[in-house]
Amino acid sequence: MAESRFVYVTYIRTTPERLWQALTDPAFTLQYWCACTLDSEWTPGSAWQITMPDGNVADSGEVLEADPHKRLVLRWRNEFRPELREEGYSRLTYELEPAGTSVKLTVVHEMDKPDSKLIGAVSNGWPHILASLKSLLETGESLEETRKWPKSK
Amino acid sequence: MDADLDKVFKALADGGRRQLLDRLHANNGQTLGELCGHLDMTRQAVTKHLKVLEAANLVTTLRRGREKLHYLNPVPILEIADRWIGKYEQGRLRVLADLKAKLEGETDG
Repeated sequence: MAESRFVYVTYIRTTPERLWQALTDPAFTLQYWCACTLDSEWTPGSAWQITMPDGNVADSGEVLEADPHKRLVLRWRNEFRPELREEGYSRLTYELEPAGTSVKLTVVHEMDKPDSKLIGAVSNGWPHILASLKSLLETGESLEETRKWPKSK
Repeated sequence: MDADLDKVFKALADGGRRQLLDRLHANNGQTLGELCGHLDMTRQAVTKHLKVLEAANLVTTLRRGREKLHYLNPVPILEIADRWIGKYEQGRLRVLADLKAKLEGETDG
């Protein structure tokens, strides 16, 4: 394969509006994204970044597409691990589709490069973050291991 | 929801469908043609199985250019594990599974 891609589909009992807010509002991301904040105006062309609890930037990029409550596409580069940063920009797509009393969330993180280390690294991180996001929206509580920045990293 | 869980177990209760998941586990993101190439099943049978797997959210498809790619989505299996495997059992079970794989691997070799 000429590209690397992580794909994850989860159904969350919530509304597209609440899910969108949870994905884009730092007050929510602090609870399920290892105490990180995500900041942006979330409009096409605007910058976005993930800030770690120590104040350093983890990842950053530009908003490519933003259709509130439906679709968000980001250019994404890691900023704190040199071996990942040098791979350059990847692309992240969130798709939100109503499905009965739930919302189907599809997450695709991809890079036009085989065996990308960045995609390998995020493939380990995404399942925890997304399971915690689901738990937060459905039960009001995120998963404990995602409330702090992991010590070993 | 238990209706969703029923779909997952029904989808997994078939050797052909598990084989498709194995193929995707080994090499994720395959077209229908690529999947059929590796298997002893008709294209119609593979299409039918993929539909059942998609309905159970075990397989998801993405369009990239002219191709429709199939991806294994492990989320429902993860949810089954989370439901019945306790937090502290996970580590011990992993050690036992690794030991079994190692011993069986040694016997085979």
